[in-house]
Amino acid sequence: MDRTQLLIGVAMMLFALGLFGVVVRRNVLVMLMCLELMLNGVNLSLLTFAHQAGNAAGAVLVFLVFVVAAAEIALAIPIVVLLVRDKRTLNVGSYDELKG
Amino acid sequence: MIDTLLSHLDTLLLLALAGGAVLGGALMLVLRQPMRVALALILTMVCLSGIFGLLGMHFAAAFQVLIYVGAVMVFMVFAIMLLDERDPGAQRYSRLLVPGVIGFVLLLAMLVGGVWRALPSPRGELSDAPLGIGQFSTTFLAEYWLHFELTSVLLVAAVVAAMAAIKTGRRRDRGG
Repeated sequence: MDRTQLLIGVAMMLFALGLFGVVVRRNVLVMLMCLELMLNGVNLSLLTFAHQAGNAAGAVLVFLVFVVAAAEIALAIPIVVLLVRDKRTLNVGSYDELKG
Repeated sequence: MIDTLLSHLDTLLLLALAGGAVLGGALMLVLRQPMRVALALILTMVCLSGIFGLLGMHFAAAFQVLIYVGAVMVFMVFAIMLLDERDPGAQRYSRLLVPGVIGFVLLLAMLVGGVWRALPSPRGELSDAPLGIGQFSTTFLAEYWLHFELTSVLLVAAVVAAMAAIKTGRRRDRGG
């Protein structure tokens, strides 16, 4: 197994673990962190392919993913704080009236 | 013995860091307290930054530590400390645990079967050249300048949206 295969395997594993966590965990903060894990897996695969191809386009995409992650957290945490102040719980099942 | 070990040091480091990253990801699923989950995620991120450094992309490793561990996770830990309620009766997993496990296995099998086998063969010497900050910056500002501007627009939009969300909460508090 060469390096690229190992790192792509790790990236796929991280993405799958993050998706699994978003599906099965109940705590809304843990779900947010699992989203970050998925983004990290994608970053690893982008940088591995950029390394293999020898050009910087993948690294540019990784920078954009960093910015998107920062923006996502900056917006998600205030929403979670407001929800928790309203419902007094972090359990995502209690927010079911958001279904509309 | 020592010489063989030293000559394969980067491979060993890579294996250790990859193992640490996957271990942190797996710990995130089984730990109960959000703070411990955050620490497991930080372990994963630090291991990934080590992998980026081993690949020769030191700027990506620095970004990973600065932006992810330094900004995003500090913010997350701060939110956990603000909101953490010790609720021992809280359920850890949703009803979707069994479908989730099946989906996880299927997704992993599909990814491994479809993507991994289709990987191009390694190019050898060419890919061993490190991708420096100079090449990154040139590509970024010469070819992807529009994306650079879009990131600043996105950040401004995120700041405005966060302020709007907080203001809505305050207004609702005042109105009862």
